[in-house]
Amino acid sequence: MTEIQIDQELDIRGEVCPFTFVKSKLALESMDSAKVLRIITDYEPATDNVPRSMQAEGHEVISIADNNDGEWTIVVRKK
Amino acid sequence: MNLTEEQIQRYSRHIILPQVGGIGQQKLMDAKVLLIGAGGLGSPAALYLAAAGIGKIGIVDFDKVDISNLQRQIAHGNEDIGRWKTESAKNTINGMNPDVEVVEYRVPINAENAMDIVSQYDVVVDGTDNFPSRYLMNDVTVWLDKPLVYGSIFQFDGQISVFKKGDGPCYRCLYPFPPPPGSVPSCHEAGVIGVLPGIVGSIQAAEAIKIVLGIGDPLIGRLMIFEALEMKFHEMKIRKNPECPVCGDSPTITEPIDYEEFCGVQVGV
Ligand SMILES: [Zn+2]
Repeated sequence: MTEIQIDQELDIRGEVCPFTFVKSKLALESMDSAKVLRIITDYEPATDNVPRSMQAEGHEVISIADNNDGEWTIVVRKK
Repeated sequence: MNLTEEQIQRYSRHIILPQVGGIGQQKLMDAKVLLIGAGGLGSPAALYLAAAGIGKIGIVDFDKVDISNLQRQIAHGNEDIGRWKTESAKNTINGMNPDVEVVEYRVPINAENAMDIVSQYDVVVDGTDNFPSRYLMNDVTVWLDKPLVYGSIFQFDGQISVFKKGDGPCYRCLYPFPPPPGSVPSCHEAGVIGVLPGIVGSIQAAEAIKIVLGIGDPLIGRLMIFEALEMKFHEMKIRKNPECPVCGDSPTITEPIDYEEFCGVQVGV
């Protein structure tokens, strides 16, 4: 598996919906096209909601991983 | 783009929208919208524009709040009776959203001040109830190339359109000159169901917001007619009139005009 280069990281631990998506979207808007954002969340519903909303806006969800410590990592590439 | 944590929370339902986002919210916060009138139409328009985070809202009104206004002019309350409408509206707006800069113009809009005031804004929302102001705003926004969001109400019926030079007709393309005074019911004779300006003014706010964001299809070249009793919206196409005295091929009106003061709406297009 090729290593994906992360261009920016966003820590939204402590945030709940809809702010998990709101802050992720704001971060993506400030990035260039095709750049990759890694999002760290401790709010499990965000692992469904954030990727779904990202895909709906045309971005590529690369991975959703359970870190097994009450935190999750979502990796998205900006369209 | 530098939204504060509080702004992110406040505008989160905008930011979530694919058509808005943080970029669109910033456009709203940078926008300057002028309201002509803080009455029936101006009240809901002012409140929704302020809630949306429009950066600067200018309000032109030379009236004071009267108890008979409160049946429909929701920017004002009982304790505002006797205050300037601009002051009362500013107070209501900033109570809801302190980020909005409200500029009060406690003057009658006229041929002398209209160009100067309008030139400082991006979009004009016409909430006047009288012909002189309506014609003046039409002419001035044509000359200054500013989009004009038109609304008017009469009893149970409302009209809404957007006039934008180059893209569609203006108000004078529809009605080249005001009707003679006395030929239409005056504001004092014409009743209005209180919720009607709430609907029409809210549609005007929606159009102003879309124009600022550059999204969707504004009511350019379309006159929307709302009938509350039947609860129906109709729409008619309106075309640019090559003989229009202001935006036509050989304009005959080239300077602001102060028509004799009277009010009402023109019906039957
Ligand atoms: Zn015209």
